[in-house]
Amino acid sequence: MPTLTINGQPVTAPEGATILEAARAAHIHIPTLCHHPDLSNVGACRMCVVSVEKARGLQTACTTPVFEGMTVHTDSAEAIATRRFVLEMLLTDHPNECMTCEVNGDCELQDLVYDYGVEWPQHDGARHSYAFDPDPNPFIAIDRNKCILCGRCIRACTEMQNRDVWSFASRGFATKLVAGADQPLLDAGCESCGQCVAYCPTGALFDKMSLNKGRPSQVKKVRTTCSFCGVGCNFDLHVRNGKAIRVTSARNAPVNGLALCVKGRYGYDYIHNPERLTRPLVRAKWLDPARLAQQVADGTWQVREKAGRRSQQTENGQRSTSDNAWPTDNPALTIDHFIAVDWDTALDVTATKLAQEKKRHGGRSFAFLASAKCSNEENFLFAKLTRQLMTTNSIDHCARL
Amino acid sequence: MTNSIRDIAEESRCIFIIGSNTTEQHPVIGSKIRRAKRQRGAKLIVADPRRIDIAEYADLYLRHRPGTDIALLNGIMHVILRDGQQDADFIAARTEGFDELAATVAKYTPEVASAITGVPAAKIEAAARMMAEHRPGALLYAMGITQHKMGVANVMSCANLQMLLGNMGVAGGGVNPLRGQNNVQGACDMGGLPNVYSGYQPVTQAEAQAKFEAAWGVPLDNRVGLTVTEMLKGAEEGTVRCLYIVGENPMTSDPDLRHVQYSLDKTEFIVLQELFYSETAPYADVIFPAASFAEKEGTVTNTERRIQRVRKAVEAPGEAQLDTWIITQLARRLLALGAAEPDTAAPFGGWNYNSPQDIMAEINALTPSYAGVTYRRIEAGASLQWPVPNESHPGTPILHVGKFTRGLGRFAAVDHTPPGERPDADYPTVMTTGRVLYHWHGGEMTRRASGLLAAYPEALIEVSIEDAQRLAIEDGDMVRLVSRRGAVEAKAWVTERVSRDLVFATFHFPDQAANWLTSAEHLDPVAKIPEFKVTAVRLEKV
Ligand code: SF4
Ligand code: SF4
Ligand code: FES
Repeated sequence: MPTLTINGQPVTAPEGATILEAARAAHIHIPTLCHHPDLSNVGACRMCVVSVEKARGLQTACTTPVFEGMTVHTDSAEAIATRRFVLEMLLTDHPNECMTCEVNGDCELQDLVYDYGVEWPQHDGARHSYAFDPDPNPFIAIDRNKCILCGRCIRACTEMQNRDVWSFASRGFATKLVAGADQPLLDAGCESCGQCVAYCPTGALFDKMSLNKGRPSQVKKVRTTCSFCGVGCNFDLHVRNGKAIRVTSARNAPVNGLALCVKGRYGYDYIHNPERLTRPLVRAKWLDPARLAQQVADGTWQVREKAGRRSQQTENGQRSTSDNAWPTDNPALTIDHFIAVDWDTALDVTATKLAQEKKRHGGRSFAFLASAKCSNEENFLFAKLTRQLMTTNSIDHCARL
Repeated sequence: MTNSIRDIAEESRCIFIIGSNTTEQHPVIGSKIRRAKRQRGAKLIVADPRRIDIAEYADLYLRHRPGTDIALLNGIMHVILRDGQQDADFIAARTEGFDELAATVAKYTPEVASAITGVPAAKIEAAARMMAEHRPGALLYAMGITQHKMGVANVMSCANLQMLLGNMGVAGGGVNPLRGQNNVQGACDMGGLPNVYSGYQPVTQAEAQAKFEAAWGVPLDNRVGLTVTEMLKGAEEGTVRCLYIVGENPMTSDPDLRHVQYSLDKTEFIVLQELFYSETAPYADVIFPAASFAEKEGTVTNTERRIQRVRKAVEAPGEAQLDTWIITQLARRLLALGAAEPDTAAPFGGWNYNSPQDIMAEINALTPSYAGVTYRRIEAGASLQWPVPNESHPGTPILHVGKFTRGLGRFAAVDHTPPGERPDADYPTVMTTGRVLYHWHGGEMTRRASGLLAAYPEALIEVSIEDAQRLAIEDGDMVRLVSRRGAVEAKAWVTERVSRDLVFATFHFPDQAANWLTSAEHLDPVAKIPEFKVTAVRLEKV
C-alpha cells in the first residue's frame, strides 16, 4: 500500500490505484468529465490534470497510478489554467443554451464552467449545428451539438450493457458520435436500455419521452421498484405537477445501479394512460332497478357504453339470472350494462353476494386469483381474506403462466 | 434463486442458461451475464430451442427440441459421471439418492441424448466438459423449463446437475429460476398459493393450521385449494361460483382462451380489480378501479428474494383506490355480514390496518422467513434477502450454504417423457410461446406505454427460413397458425432464431395471443403448470 502526499496531506492507497481514486478516498476533490467510476479510464478530456512533483508536465489523475512517496498538487496554478483552457475549448463548440437545456442544474459541464468561472466565448468561427433529435427511435434523443466527445456513452454501452452500439466516427473537428455504421439506433442493435443517457454528463443524450416535461429543479424524485419483471431494479420516478415524467437510474440501487431495461426506464407512462379505470363498475343486473333508475336520472351513476358478453350467454341458458329481478323498462339499458357507481354500492353488492354464496354453497365455491403485480402486503391480505373469511385455500396467481 | 444476481455476475466461472430468454425477459440480468462473459471471461452455455439473443454471446449454444430438457441434462450428467468429473465429496457429504441418479443417467449416452434432443453428441460432451472445468457454475432457468408437462421433473433435473457438480451453496453457483413478474416471488411468499400459508407453511400441516387459526381466530380449511387452471375448470363445471381476480388477465395469459371464455361465462359472479378495462373485464360482474405501483406504498420481493420498497409518487386517477383499501373495506363488510366470525381475542382476527407497516407487522409475526423484515430496517437502508429470521439477522444472499434447508440434498432421478401435445400430419409444427423485449405478459401495461408500443406495435410470429421457403412466406407476410383449439393470424418474422418446424408466438396482443392455440389439457401433474412451450400447430400463408 503506497503512501503519497496530496496537497500536503499523507494518503495511503491500494497498489495500482490512480491518483483520482486515492484523492477521492481521502475526500480530496479533483474535477473530472470523461471519467466515471463504473467505467474504464481513457484520459480523454484532461479535466483531471494535477501536478506531480518531479514529473514532467501535468498528469491526468484518472489514469496515473500512485507510487510510494509521490507528491501531488491538485490545484496548482498550472492545473487550474489547463482546466480552464479545456473548458474554454469545449465551449467554443458548445451552444449557449443552458436556459432551455433539459439538464440545466444537473450537468457536469455546466457545474465545471461555473466552478472555474469560464465565459462562453463569442466567436465567428465554426460551431457545429447538427439537427436536433435526428434518430427515429422513441426513447433516446440525441443533440450532438451538446456532445463533448467524452465517450462515456460508448464505454457504458460496451462495458456495462455489452452491446457495442455507439462509437466515434471521423477525426478532429468532424468527430461525431454514431450508432453502428451511422445508422438509426434500433437498426444498430440498440436495446433501448438508456444507459448511455444515464452516463452522459451533458444534455447530449436525453430521454425523449421527457423532453420539455420538467427540469431537475422542478421535479420531486421518488425512489421505487420497477413494476415489470422480477429482477427488482430500483429507480427514481420524477414527478412534476402530479405526473410521473421521467425515470432515472441511480448508482446506489442495490440490484441494478445505473442499469435499467427499456421497460423500466421508458415503460412508465401507462400509469397516466387515459384508459385507466377511475370508477367502480357494477353490472346492472346486480343493482336494485328502482335505485338504479333514480341514480342514473340524478346523474350520480352512469351507464357505460360497454356491455359485457353475458347477455349472449344467458340466451344460451348457460347462466342463471333467476335471483336477480331485472330488467327495468328503460330500453337503453340491459342487465349486462356496466354502471359506474359509488364505492359503497360496489362494495356492498360484492360483499353481500360473496356472503350469500358462502352461506349457500360453502367457501369452496369461491376462488381468488391474486397478483404477482401487487405488493407483499396486498397479497398477504388477499390470502387472509380467502382463508380467514371465505374459508378456502383456493388462492393462486399467475406464477404458472 | 438460491444465489444472488451479484455473486453470479461476479463469481460464476460458467453460466449455464436453459429455457430463459434472459436478455429480453430479465434484461438487466442479461446484460450482467454478457458483462461476465466479455469483461472477465466467464464461460457461457445457452440451451434453448430458439437461437435467442443471449445465444449469440455463448461459448456453446445447444439447440434442443422443445420438451427434451431432461434428456439433454441427463446426457450432460452422463458425460460428467463417465469422466469421473462429479464432486464426490459434495455428493457423499451433502446428498442422497445418488445411486438411482447414476443408474438413470447411465442410459443417456451422448448418442442417446442426441437422438432425443437433436443436439450433436459432441456438443453435449463439450458442455459437460466446460461445466466440469469451470466451477463454480450457476444454472439459470425460467419458464422454458417449467412450462411443460414435465416442468417439475425438469426443475429436479437442473438441481441434479448442480448437485453433481457441487455447485450448490457456493457463491457463483446455484439453481436460479428467474421470476417473470416484479412480485411473483412475494406473491408466493405471502401465501398466494393454494397449498401454503405465508412463508410456505403447508395448509395441510396441523401445526401451521393451528398457528393461523389462533392468529386469525377462525377455523381454517386444511385441504389444498385450487390452482389457476383448476379454478377455470371448476368454473366450467359449476363448482367454482365466485371468482375474485386482482390484476390478472386470464383472457390473454391462460391457456386455451376459448375454454377460458367458456369458463368465465359460466361463472356466477366475477369480481375484477384492475387498472384497465382488460380483455377479462367484459366477463366481470363488478370491476374495482385499482392503484398502480406509482400510487402506493409497500414492499415487493425480487427473484433473488430481496425485499424492496415501492413508494407513492403520484395520486391514483379519479376514484381508483389502493388494493389494500379495497380488500380491507370488503373484509369489514364480510365480517359485518357474518361471513366469518373471528374470535375477538385472536391477535390478528380483525382488519384494522392503517398502513402497510401494520400489515407487515402481521407478516413478521406469522412468517418466519420474513420475521426480521421490518419497515424500520428497510427505511434505514437495509436491502434484505429472505430468510431473515429476526430483526438483527442480515439476510441470506445464498441459500443452502453448508447444509440444504431439508438436510441432505436429494437427487431425483428422472427420465425423458415426451410432451403431452404431439404433432401429427394435420398439425406438423411445434409452437413455443414467450415474450419480447418491449412487451410484458398480457401486454396490459406495455401496450399502453407509448414508447414501447411505438417500438413494437404488433404481434410477430417467428418463422424459420426453411418453413418460409417451403410455404413461400416473405418476411412481413400475414400467416395463420392453426391448432386443435383455434387459429390466429399475424405477421411473420422470418428468422434464424427458430429452426424448421418450430414457430414462436407471444401473448402480448389479445387478438393474436398464442393462448388461443395453447392447451389447458396437458398439465404438470404436481405444479399443474400448463404445457405452454409445446403446442402442435399448422402454419399457413394467408
Ligand atoms: S453523448 Fe454524452 S456521453 Fe456520449 S460522448 Fe457525447 S457527451 Fe459524452
Ligand atoms: S428495469 Fe427491466 S430488468 Fe429491471 S426490473 Fe424493470 S423490467 Fe426488469
Ligand atoms: S477525467 Fe481524467 S482525463 Fe477526463
